[in-house]
Amino acid sequence: MTAPAPPGAARTRPKARRQGWAGPLMALPAVAGLALFVALPFAMAIGLSLFNVRLDSFRPPDFFALEQYRRILVSPDFSGDFYRALGNNVLFAAVIVPVQTAAALALALLLNRPLRGMPVFRTFFFMPVVFPMALIATVWRLILDPGPDGMLNSVLGLATFGLFSPQDWLGDAATAMPSIMLLSLWQGVGFQMVILLAGLQGIPRQLYEAAEVDGAGRWQRFRAVTLPGLRNTLVFVALVTMILSFRLFDQVYILTRGGPDGATSTVMYLAVTTAFAESNVSRAAAMTVVLFVVVLGLTLLQRRLVTQEREIS
Amino acid sequence: MTALADRPAAPTRARTPRRAPVRRLHPRVRRGLDYLLMGTVTLLFASPILYMFIGSLKPDDQVLDGLAGFVPRHLSLDNYADVFARFDDPSTGYFLDFLGTSVIVTGVVVLGGLVVNSLAAYSLARLRWRGRDAVLVLVLALAVLPFEAIAVPLFYLLNDFRNTLAVQSVPLVANAFSVFLFYSFFLKLPKEIEEAGRMDGAGPLRIFVQIIVPMSKPVFATVAILSFLTQWGMFLWPVLMVNDPAVRPLPLAISVYQGQPPFAWGDIMAFGVMMVLPMLVVFLVFQRWFVRSVATTGLKG
Repeated sequence: MTAPAPPGAARTRPKARRQGWAGPLMALPAVAGLALFVALPFAMAIGLSLFNVRLDSFRPPDFFALEQYRRILVSPDFSGDFYRALGNNVLFAAVIVPVQTAAALALALLLNRPLRGMPVFRTFFFMPVVFPMALIATVWRLILDPGPDGMLNSVLGLATFGLFSPQDWLGDAATAMPSIMLLSLWQGVGFQMVILLAGLQGIPRQLYEAAEVDGAGRWQRFRAVTLPGLRNTLVFVALVTMILSFRLFDQVYILTRGGPDGATSTVMYLAVTTAFAESNVSRAAAMTVVLFVVVLGLTLLQRRLVTQEREIS
Repeated sequence: MTALADRPAAPTRARTPRRAPVRRLHPRVRRGLDYLLMGTVTLLFASPILYMFIGSLKPDDQVLDGLAGFVPRHLSLDNYADVFARFDDPSTGYFLDFLGTSVIVTGVVVLGGLVVNSLAAYSLARLRWRGRDAVLVLVLALAVLPFEAIAVPLFYLLNDFRNTLAVQSVPLVANAFSVFLFYSFFLKLPKEIEEAGRMDGAGPLRIFVQIIVPMSKPVFATVAILSFLTQWGMFLWPVLMVNDPAVRPLPLAISVYQGQPPFAWGDIMAFGVMMVLPMLVVFLVFQRWFVRSVATTGLKG
């Protein structure tokens, strides 16, 4: 051991030094990018929200402390719009999370049966996921067209033998948000379905066999084996969907511009219009900070719920 | 919506108790019902896409025509030619510019991201250096930041670089979530992996390229697919940074096109088909990989 040490040591020492530099060097490009384009803007979001920076003004910004937050959260001039937008995000989540998760579970259960051609069906159910939202919104503009020739109107007209009168789906405050939900569900459900399907396939066969031996019916097996086996996956899927609901933007921007009368405005939509159309970067930054706090809270909640389950099992 | 949620589940659950004793008698009927159900659901998912494809081949005034929109009549490729004709001047932009922008931006973000993020993840997972743990904590913390939370200050920060290809790609190359995916994969590789290379006197970079990368194809595919999906559809960032048609990516271009009257729906659908066709081909070829990527990221949480 000691005999070959001198030449060995001679060779390892420079190598160790090289590795000492290689580590930070290999990490550098990504870390620099993240520092410059993620960490710095995030720090700036907090910084900007404490001033009154405007894009269209050359005046040096004043320090505003928490004034921007007071405006969006308390002041009657601005908080109305903000709460409307936040409320729409909450409404979107409150409907989309249970409905889309249930639909995804139903689809995953359908696909998890021994039937020929399942890969083909799965491909179709999943396909909308790969479509850019801007394209989906464009196609759905035709489906939701207010005229009697709009696809949804004509299908409903046909199904009710002409009793159904055409709706202005995106132009009516009562139906605009449900319409946005419908196309979002159509696009997003395949994503959840695939995750749930992977979860279903991870449940050991023996558990089902044991339950069957015990005389459990299909419904009982679903409640006693499938649901507990999927618990973590379901929690994950539901929380990811909830986080995504707070980021809602593309379809709203393309289809309704937050209207009619704020019925489909969301925090992100409001932040972009505030920064962009009103040039008020600071108020927009304050909104995105609030958005981040909500998303972070949900992420931590998910971590907690999932780890708790791990500890129990 | 609710119909979609209930329809697939209800028959399966309701049918079993009643059907159990009869099952032996009607395997064919049962299978027929299964296929009918699957076919109906498939139709629900495929019809908007089918509608787009058929619409792209029809005269503009026959696209928005109720259910008849699905009936293929007077088909021609005129709409595709119209898209190129309409986008043939600097004020409206050129279709090939939109496509080129999307290809370049997506290419830089996906390929650059694979290199940069995997290198960082390897360094953080397998090499020892001073300050590594602090950097690791920082990078992993950034992975929970949604892009939306930094879009506004980033827009403010990079305002001078608007309407460039660089601003659409460079800031998005380094991605904390991609680093996280690579990191968790590299961490699980056995400790002895690098030994052979180290014995031969190979440095960390060479070990990474010659030993680690070849055995990490699944995670590279996963990250490539996920960043491709995100980037090809990226909308928020171009909305903020781009108003010059010369560097408009496809999603922004179609949103501008469908928002400006007069509406030539056939042309707009043709635009849509051309926008999604490259992606659809990639998806159908690597279908298994797409599904697996989404599923594995989901499971890892």
